[in-house]
Amino acid sequence: MRLFRIKGGVHPAERKDATREKAVEDAPLAARLVLPLQQHIGAPAKPLVKPGDRVLKGQPIAAPAGPVSAAIHASTSGTVESVGPQPVPHPSGLPAPAIVLIPDGRDAWCEPMLSLGPYAAPEAIAERVAEAGIVGLGGATFPSAVKLNLRARHRLDTLVMNGAECEPFLTCDDRLMREHTSELIQGVALMARALGVSRAVIAIERNKPEATAAMTGAAAAYREIAIAPVPTRYPMGSEKHLVQALTGRETPAKALTADIGVVVHNIATAFAVYEAVILGRPLVSRILTVSGGAIARPTNLRVPLGTPIRHLIDVCGGLTETPQELLSGGPMMGQPLRSTEIPTVKGMNGVLALLPSDTRRGPAHACLRCGTCVAACPCGLLPFEIAAHVRNGDFAAALEAGLMDCIGCGSCAFACPSRIPLVQSFHHAKGHVAAEARRKQRADEAKRLAQAKAEREARLAAERKAEMARKKAAADKARAEAGAE
Amino acid sequence: MIEKRPLIAGPFAHAGLSTPMVMAWVMIALTPATVFGLGLFGWPAIFLFVVTVGTAVAAEVACLRLAGKPLATLGDGSAVLSGWILALSLPPWAPWWIGAAGAAIAMVVGKHVFGGLGQNLFNPAMVARVALLISFPLEMTRYVAPRPIHSAVAPDVREALAVTFGIGGRADLDAVSSASLLGHAKTELARGVPLSDALAGGFDPWQLFLGNAVGSLGETSALLLLLGGALLLALRVISWHVPAALLLGVAVPAAACHALDPERFLPPLTHALAASTVFGALFIATDLVTSPVTRAGQLIYGAGCGVLIFVIRTWGGYPEGMAFAVLLMNAATPLIDRWVRPRVYGRDRKGRPLPVREAGR
Ligand code: SF4
Ligand code: SF4
Repeated sequence: MRLFRIKGGVHPAERKDATREKAVEDAPLAARLVLPLQQHIGAPAKPLVKPGDRVLKGQPIAAPAGPVSAAIHASTSGTVESVGPQPVPHPSGLPAPAIVLIPDGRDAWCEPMLSLGPYAAPEAIAERVAEAGIVGLGGATFPSAVKLNLRARHRLDTLVMNGAECEPFLTCDDRLMREHTSELIQGVALMARALGVSRAVIAIERNKPEATAAMTGAAAAYREIAIAPVPTRYPMGSEKHLVQALTGRETPAKALTADIGVVVHNIATAFAVYEAVILGRPLVSRILTVSGGAIARPTNLRVPLGTPIRHLIDVCGGLTETPQELLSGGPMMGQPLRSTEIPTVKGMNGVLALLPSDTRRGPAHACLRCGTCVAACPCGLLPFEIAAHVRNGDFAAALEAGLMDCIGCGSCAFACPSRIPLVQSFHHAKGHVAAEARRKQRADEAKRLAQAKAEREARLAAERKAEMARKKAAADKARAEAGAE
Repeated sequence: MIEKRPLIAGPFAHAGLSTPMVMAWVMIALTPATVFGLGLFGWPAIFLFVVTVGTAVAAEVACLRLAGKPLATLGDGSAVLSGWILALSLPPWAPWWIGAAGAAIAMVVGKHVFGGLGQNLFNPAMVARVALLISFPLEMTRYVAPRPIHSAVAPDVREALAVTFGIGGRADLDAVSSASLLGHAKTELARGVPLSDALAGGFDPWQLFLGNAVGSLGETSALLLLLGGALLLALRVISWHVPAALLLGVAVPAAACHALDPERFLPPLTHALAASTVFGALFIATDLVTSPVTRAGQLIYGAGCGVLIFVIRTWGGYPEGMAFAVLLMNAATPLIDRWVRPRVYGRDRKGRPLPVREAGR
């Protein structure tokens, strides 16, 4: 298959050897599961249960609130202990509402949903995906059903399945492709059906020859599915860049890939889709990689959602030493975890306990204007320049220089010899700009309301005046008529 | 295990190269040519090198103190490197105060006046070299023929003290001075002697390549400089864009002019091997701080340096133009960086979002 060039990018040490040959194991049940109401982009789900309720595995315990939201299901059978704030994986480190479930140990399933079979109607597939609470499992966590319904508003021709897995350390997608090949391909076919596209391309980085071979074999029976080995280069898995590499189409700024006819889903999502549509099972567990220099026995685990990180680390033999950094996701774009009590959520594709030799953190030096970050940026930005604007507090100049075109991939900071915290500065600036926009929106809204109120009052006053004038005229007329009699 | 600490963002991985390591690798790459040069020109060169690097470090410390900046900045190694590069570009038997004044100029005027490392517009070592060349033309153009340190003609330590520090009487340098290839060619051409006669005395390109030639302290051996440059390229400390563009920038006009009139214009190979071309291409023009940040900008900058070197050598008042060329292109760098920008993903060159075309075209 013909590939197109994308610019920039870096080659981080892969570090995948620790787990790439580790078959996925089932993690044993933890004593207590915490299911945050928001494990997706959009509105938090609304709880359907209260403390003391008994639930079965797969039973919905929270319903989507609005069009962009996702349902949550009990990941095992047991009793609801509480519904309230718990530590969650969020950059702010603040607790958020969650349902706490005490497993009864039976792991008893509720009645499964009906299988829709491989020839289900597109609407039915999307509806089932919504019912099953499936979100983008590569870490983006956007509700998948919303993306499967994009055909309503866009002319689509291609589904791209992202099996690049370009983050170092992570091998869970690799394992999934090797161990559940046929289920994945069926899932991809279902998703292509839901989208109404005649072409599905599964992109796999060249560092996964076994997965590529297995998937190619399984896809042979499907005319619409192609496997595309792509160069091993970070950030190959970035949605817009992957689409460009595969189709040559560049997504315009501020637009979606759907605007150029392509929808991208993570390969792990296809497995969840298969389970939901064919087996009638909602999303109650996920496969993730537990790795990093401080993990005694790195491996891949299938984990019931809500399992605390601490439990996963224990399953992997514990920590050999105190990690410098505990992460959810890969080292390039992953989020630091502030506590081992934080639960496994839908978008978590890895738990990494990194040592200083993994992070290679070092003191920052003056920016040399060396241009290394410029060469590394896949978006054609001048990262050092944006960072300098942010440092000077000149957010307008940072925006002008392309702050919002930055995808936060971290290639620049990875490559910077002076170890300038570029991404941190971009996060800070984006947060500031968003807060500023919200403030402005609120101010505009208040102004609009005040204006509307003033207008309404003026109108009422005018109406009253007109009414009075009319009454007066009527009275005058009556009087005049009376006088005439 | 709950921690409270400021927000920290990724990436939690790094390519591994650090700024002090960049400086260290450049020094390592310079070492063969440096050792060769010190050996070739003996004790006076060694004294000059020590004085120049020492003064650079002392001036850096003084500037950091004055600016109230932490002395830890010294650890980035940039001061040592600037002094080192300056020393390599000086006539090997120059008096100590040339090195000392140059290093002070490099650090104070070339670097800290602009606000320190990363802020400077001009290459500090080249600022110093040009300032010295203009202020002390005699000392800066008095070269000596190689006198390898172990050979019979080499000055001993006592004579060297006289050469560099004037201790124990002044050495009569005019007696031992010798013209560099480019200087010789220039004077002869000015006298109306055609090049075939001027160079008849046997300037061997092979000797130029090996470095057994009259020239600045560390600029003579193209071979050893190329080895060091290859190391830096392999480690990706520098990219090929500036050196390649610079060498082509010198060689292409040189070849064209030489083809037109071989009696008036030196052949391109001589331009490429003589004086500071190789040193400049690999170690001066590649200075990260003062060259453009984009690859395309670096090509323009390198080519500009190369063409200017050729022009100054050929028609300018000085036999050697590398320092002037680099400073001129340094001055053009902000302009280059302003005009040569990468296209932002999803936008056209003017920064407008690309048009949204529906699929199926
Ligand atoms: S890579 Fe780092 S030091 Fe180099 S220009 Fe970018 S921010 Fe500055
Ligand atoms: S984080 Fe932003 S600026 Fe840095 S390389 Fe990625 S897209 Fe470019």
